[in-house]
Amino acid sequence: MQDLANNNADLLTLYDETFNSRFLLGTALYRSPSEMCEAIKASESEFITLSLRRQNPQQNKGDSFWQMIKETGCKLLPNTAGCKSAKEAINLAEMSRELFDTPWIKLEVIGDDYNLQPDPFELVIAAKELISRGFKVLPYCTDDLVLCLRLRDVGCQALMPWGAPIGTGQGLLNKYHLQSLRERITDIPLIIDAGLGCPSQAAAALEMGYDAVLLNTAVAKADNPVLMARAFSLAISAGRAGYLAGLMQRRQTAAPSTPILGQPFWHQNSL
Amino acid sequence: MLNISVNNNALLIEEHSNLQQLISVAGFSEQIIAVAVNGEFVPKTQYSNTILSADDQIDIVKPIGGG
Repeated sequence: MQDLANNNADLLTLYDETFNSRFLLGTALYRSPSEMCEAIKASESEFITLSLRRQNPQQNKGDSFWQMIKETGCKLLPNTAGCKSAKEAINLAEMSRELFDTPWIKLEVIGDDYNLQPDPFELVIAAKELISRGFKVLPYCTDDLVLCLRLRDVGCQALMPWGAPIGTGQGLLNKYHLQSLRERITDIPLIIDAGLGCPSQAAAALEMGYDAVLLNTAVAKADNPVLMARAFSLAISAGRAGYLAGLMQRRQTAAPSTPILGQPFWHQNSL
Repeated sequence: MLNISVNNNALLIEEHSNLQQLISVAGFSEQIIAVAVNGEFVPKTQYSNTILSADDQIDIVKPIGGG
């Protein structure tokens, strides 16, 4: 499917780095570490998210997790999940850069606990500062056009608007806003991050012209995460191929696909 | 002795202790960690130079799955 879509030329480019896969996958919520690794493999993702948390020193969970993650060979995208101010996010990003040895950061600054909606004001402040410090910032943002323009203005070379609130599985809730974003912001990649629940929603995002999707819960909480990872991978490739192929224009009225000329049993005076 | 907070847990350490010593006392030696003092990231290269004060709040974090 990937080859059908791009003939090996249709790569995802983020901050001058290229990726074959348009599927970014999270590493949380799996029933076991081995299941997580199998799902990552099935997804064919090259870019996986992870995080930092306080842990008891007697637990070596963090070290074994880190070892498994390294063995996947994927590029790492640490997040600043849970941060509620630019200051917190900037400091956690610095901790991530040192520990994971990467300039990449999925920038999250949460403004509301109820729906985990990003705080647009703190997000722009944090993005600007982190970019000035040499980070490659992928901001998790809402589908607000002006916010996205401001994030681009401060130097973000890709944006990650939500499809729906994190973990809801509700899909592309506001297609009008998302379509507007895609039409207005054409010079940098847009990635749907969060809220997707099923592969068809990912396909729809790619058909709309979005460059990639990032998700976690829909795979990790599936009955069979490995199979679901594969399903999303196929859907993303199919959606991308559909976008590249050019979708037909929608019509309000029916138009027969089979030629009318030569219709049997038809007589002019039979009407 | 100084009373400080490590990951929101109280800990007593010797006065004039540095961050490297605190990491050892708290049991994080040889572990994959990153550290902040009072909300500010401290690079590994500064652990030995960072002298702790009473009521300092230390965050020591390790890798975990994330979305």
